[in-house]
Amino acid sequence: MRKLLLPSIIIVAALLLVIRIFYLQVINDTFKLKSDNNAIKIKYDYPERGYIYDRNGKLLVANQASYDIMVIPRELKNIDTLEFCQLLNITKEDFIKTMAKAKVYSPRLPSVFLPQLNKSEFAAFQEKIRKFEGFYFQKRSLRDYEVDFGANVFGFITQVNEKLIAKNPYYNSGDLIGRQGVEESYEEVLRGIKGVKYFQKDKYNREIGSYKDGKYDTIAVQGEDINLTLDAELQKYGQQLMINKRGGIVAIEPKTGEILALVTAPSYDPSILVGRQRSKNYTLLYYDSIAKPLYDRGLLAEYPPGSPFKILTGLIGLQEQVVDEQTSFMCHHGFSYARGRFMKCHGFGPHNLHNGIYNSCNTYFANVYLRTIAKYTKPSYAVDVWSNHVKSFGLGDYMGYDLPTGKKGNIPTSKTYKKIYPNGGWRGTTIISNSIGQGEVLMTPIQLANMMATVANEGYYYTPHIIKKIKGASIDKKFTEKHVTTIDKKYFKPMISGLFDVYNVGTASSLRVEGIDIAGKTGTAENYTKIGGKRVKLQDHSIFVAFAPKDNPKIAIAILVENGGFGAAIAGPIASLMIEKYLRKKITRTDLETRVLNISLKDRYAILGGMKEADAIESTPQDSTVKKKVQKIDIAIDSTQEN
Amino acid sequence: MKNQSIKKNLDWTCIIIYSALVIMGWLNIYSSSLSSIEDTYQKQFVFILLTIPLIFIILGIDGKFYEKYASIIFGVSLLSLVGLFLFGKTIAGQRCWYAIGSFTIQPSEFAKAATSLALAKYLSDSQINLKEVNRQIQALAIVFLPVLLILPQPDPGSALIYSVFLIVLYREGLPAWYIWTGFITILLFMLTLLLEPQYVILIALLVIIIIHFKSRLSDRNIVLSAILFAVMSGFVLSVNYVFQNVFKQHHRDRFNILLGKTVDLKGIGYNTNQSEIAIGSGGWIGKGFLEGTQTKGGFVPEQHTDYIFTTVGEEWGFAGSLVVIALFVGLFLRVIYLAERQKTKFSRVYGYCVAGILFTHFFVNIAMVIGIFPTIGVPLPFFSYGGSGLWGFTILLFIFLKMDANKVNEW
Repeated sequence: MRKLLLPSIIIVAALLLVIRIFYLQVINDTFKLKSDNNAIKIKYDYPERGYIYDRNGKLLVANQASYDIMVIPRELKNIDTLEFCQLLNITKEDFIKTMAKAKVYSPRLPSVFLPQLNKSEFAAFQEKIRKFEGFYFQKRSLRDYEVDFGANVFGFITQVNEKLIAKNPYYNSGDLIGRQGVEESYEEVLRGIKGVKYFQKDKYNREIGSYKDGKYDTIAVQGEDINLTLDAELQKYGQQLMINKRGGIVAIEPKTGEILALVTAPSYDPSILVGRQRSKNYTLLYYDSIAKPLYDRGLLAEYPPGSPFKILTGLIGLQEQVVDEQTSFMCHHGFSYARGRFMKCHGFGPHNLHNGIYNSCNTYFANVYLRTIAKYTKPSYAVDVWSNHVKSFGLGDYMGYDLPTGKKGNIPTSKTYKKIYPNGGWRGTTIISNSIGQGEVLMTPIQLANMMATVANEGYYYTPHIIKKIKGASIDKKFTEKHVTTIDKKYFKPMISGLFDVYNVGTASSLRVEGIDIAGKTGTAENYTKIGGKRVKLQDHSIFVAFAPKDNPKIAIAILVENGGFGAAIAGPIASLMIEKYLRKKITRTDLETRVLNISLKDRYAILGGMKEADAIESTPQDSTVKKKVQKIDIAIDSTQEN
Repeated sequence: MKNQSIKKNLDWTCIIIYSALVIMGWLNIYSSSLSSIEDTYQKQFVFILLTIPLIFIILGIDGKFYEKYASIIFGVSLLSLVGLFLFGKTIAGQRCWYAIGSFTIQPSEFAKAATSLALAKYLSDSQINLKEVNRQIQALAIVFLPVLLILPQPDPGSALIYSVFLIVLYREGLPAWYIWTGFITILLFMLTLLLEPQYVILIALLVIIIIHFKSRLSDRNIVLSAILFAVMSGFVLSVNYVFQNVFKQHHRDRFNILLGKTVDLKGIGYNTNQSEIAIGSGGWIGKGFLEGTQTKGGFVPEQHTDYIFTTVGEEWGFAGSLVVIALFVGLFLRVIYLAERQKTKFSRVYGYCVAGILFTHFFVNIAMVIGIFPTIGVPLPFFSYGGSGLWGFTILLFIFLKMDANKVNEW
């Protein structure tokens, strides 16, 4: 038996080793990952971001080169510190302080010694860089804005956050990414694909050569340039008109769904979000919860549209054949639709579709709506029929445009009322506010603009979009897909004629532009706020929708001015000016222009508070063709890091 | 004529395994040395070439020579160890080398073969009966004399190897309780480091009570059991003292890391952590020859010497590790098989020593590399870089192969 001890020990011991090795190599796979972290260093080659142009090829957003001076403290040889400091225009104290910091971070890893030098500053240093062993430079590309407007359309560039890094393996800590606007929605097109180079590291974290002879390395793919559908001149003009007001303007080319202008006010100069002041400025914009400069009112401001909605009420009445063009209702400064219930109206006398529209007669549209709902025995069915007509204009849901923010708005259905009145008993008169665009109906400016584009097209629309052209690729097919409404083409003609007379004899007769046939509609949206815990009614929001020219529409527009009052007071003039600017490239109604430019609603907004900080940063485009260049050194981003 | 018969009688299984291990060892040294400035693989190549004349000399010497001069060889070997205290060169805190120019030689690598010869010679006397306490003491003296000289160098790794002689002696009749004592000592030691002493004493008490009442009535000896318990308790209590006061800090660290008490990946735990990462990243079939990222990066310290197995694990994967372990186990079992076949007690004991020594190196080394044994400097036979080691193991093995080849012709 004694013979067996050593062989047994050998076999048991060998089995023990095999099991442990099996565990390490096959079962536990964390070591593989650790090994890669240990031994492979990845270097990225960042491509230049694509340029952004407007619809006419005007350059809006470009890039600027900037250079970081990097240092690896351990590789530092005795250099001429005095010369070094003079070249970079820093003091000896700065040098000592920064170097100490770099050493604390790591003596053998690169640190940013001096960030964001511009070309001319860097040129002087570049000639001498060889003399300063241990220093090298890292080129970076930052956004350079050629215009001082359109910040809400462009969005901005920022560092990716941890959450996204965890979700999207493309991004690494310190990478830049587009946020908001087209920078976000076309991030993948604009950014290109960064190149990756793998290096074998040794235990000191030094590169000792290319990993597997560069087998897995990839070359950076340049970002693509894009053209926006935006008309730079119109956009700029819109922002100028909105100075000292809050609100949004959306202009669409009806034939294509292209967004010609997307204005939100207040806005800011996009270049303040590039450079050393970036994070300070962003914080200021972000925390201004009252003026909300980062909130795109053109896309997000959701209100009961008011009178412009009468267009749909009328069209649906015609389509459902509950009225025809001649049907008229008597208006007595209003309309008593139920016992003790009275809807006020400024009109008087008989109203049919035509004068109903240009006088914006509540009585007429309330009656049309009542007939529409009464057409079917069940009001719930009738409401759904009505709702489907409205929704065929692209309302009540996200529109599917290519900007990252939006609101659904609201178009009520029978379900909505089942929820509000669980015991039933509701009828046409209960929901009569819908007829004049109040009650449960909610719309955003871009939805209003799209509605006008659809009317201009007499029954179809293309999904609004901001992208015109991507270099080397085609735009999303859904933007060339025609959406046809449930309303017959023939019913649009009388409606458009009524809208045209809004300018001739109706509510906007003072806003006519000689030589341009505009069809439009005024509107007001009631709104409330809480001041000191009390619900207070504020001045109505001024709303205006229009398209022009009447017979060959080239622009459809929706304007919302918060607390601007009656539709024709502020929104209307802005619509006329925008239309003239786009169609004529110059302004003949200079009286209107001066009036609008001089209107300041700041006093009205002061009641809401929070104006002072906002004033400091809300920027407004200057009416000068030469863009004032900020000194380059200040434009550089302060937060980029070597990755 | 004589050469031909030797050729015919040599055990080619052992020689083929030996050659395979040496060649594989060199390939892995080649891979791991690419990360360092020194061309260790070139030196090792020279060492390997020099084993060829060495093998011819060993096989050429008359088989009886080793038995005849075993005592003298042992004496010379002991002297070479003593000489270290006077002329030895200190490398990395260990005074275990003789330096001749840039060339260094480590006598402890040769002392194992000499001790084996001496022990075999002593036991081959038919008068020796290991049941006698005197004989036990004499046999153990032969084993522990070199240990006493190696320990203070200090080279605990080499000293540890000598514990395998206990198993050899057991095979030749040493009472079983020596083995049990050794085994229980190690067990108690580890348990005491892991648990509080009082728990270990409780466990010991329970085990002794169970053994006491399970054994036959006639064998029961309450006094012996009580003494046994007292000794064990005393040992357990002294372990803490020994560990804290006799052991050096770096020894304590090594045990603490093994037992998972300390986690310090950049400091003392770095070696084991890095070698586990290297081996663990190999997967089923490894990253391929010269493709090991850890090996290339030089993350594993001492990779070409004591940690050479990490290269096997990383570049050849589980498959390669299995092949290497299988080759070693095959060699050990083959040598034991041959030893049991020997006609003389001398060559049988010697063969047993060869298998035991090679196995202990193999186990301690790989177990350390894969993190189930404390970090202790023991080379992997035939694999690790180093001339002294390679030649020491070659001499050890080929003396036995010569004896084995001789057995037919001699008598």
